Amino acid sequence: MLHPITPAHYMVLSLALLIIGTAGVLTRRNMVVILMSIELILNAVNVNLIAFSRHLGNVQGQVFAIFVITIAVAEAAVGLGILIALFRNKETVQADEIDLLKW
Amino acid sequence: MLETIFFYFFALLSVAGAIFTITRRSAVHCAIALITSLIGVAGLFLLQHAEFLFAVQIILYIGGITVLFLFVIMLVNLDQAAQQRQFNRLWLAGVACVLVVGAEAVLLLRAGGRTVQLAPAAGPAAGGGNVQQVADELFSQYLLPFEVASVLLLVAIVGSVLMAKKRI
Repeated sequence: MLHPITPAHYMVLSLALLIIGTAGVLTRRNMVVILMSIELILNAVNVNLIAFSRHLGNVQGQVFAIFVITIAVAEAAVGLGILIALFRNKETVQADEIDLLKW
Repeated sequence: MLETIFFYFFALLSVAGAIFTITRRSAVHCAIALITSLIGVAGLFLLQHAEFLFAVQIILYIGGITVLFLFVIMLVNLDQAAQQRQFNRLWLAGVACVLVVGAEAVLLLRAGGRTVQLAPAAGPAAGGGNVQQVADELFSQYLLPFEVASVLLLVAIVGSVLMAKKRI
C-alpha cells in the first residue's frame, strides 16, 4: 500500500519547497519575509543534495550542503544588516517603497 | 514502512510550514512557521542518515538564523507594515511561476516516471560514523573551499556589523 521512499519523492518535495519559496520572493512586500523565503529556497536545495548523497552512497552531497548552509548564514546576516540600515533611513520595510535608485 | 510514514509526516510539516511562512500577515508568525518548516527538513535529514547535518540544521538554522530573524523583527517596527497590503502587484507573476513549474513537474513525472523512479537507496556509506565521513571528505578533498568559506564568513561578519552600525 505504502511505497518505499525513493529519491524521486525527495525531488518532488524539494520542488514544492522551491516553488513556495520563489512565490514568496516574488509576491511578498515585507522584506523580512522575502529573506525567509530565500532561506526556504536554500533548504529545498539541501533536501535534494542530501537525498542524492544517500542514494549514491557517498557524503559529497552532505559536504556541499554544509557549504550551502554557510552561504545561507552569510546571506541572512548581511541581508538583515542591510534591512536595519534601510529601516533607519527610510522607516519602511516594504520592498516596493524602497526605490531610491528608481526615478 | 515506518520510514515511509515518517517521510510523509516530515514532508507535510515542511511544506505546511513553508506555505504559512509566505502567507501569514504578521512577521513573527512567519518566523514561527519557518521554524516548523526547518524542523521538518531536519527530520528528513535524520531520515536520510545525515546525522551531522541534522544537528547543524537544528543548531544553526533554528537556533541561529530564526533567532536572528526574530531579533530583527523586534528591532524594526513592523506593526505598521502588518496593517498594509501584504502582496505586491507581482502576485500574478508568482502564481504564473508556480503553475508553470508545477505543470512542468507533472509532465516530467508522467512522461519520464519510470526513468525518474530510482531504486530505493542503499544503506549509508561504509566505514565510520556520519560525522567522521563528512569530516574526512571536508578536510581532505574540499579543504580549499572550506578555507574560502571561512573568508566568506569573515566578510559577512564585517559587512553585517558595518551595515547595522549607526555611523560609519
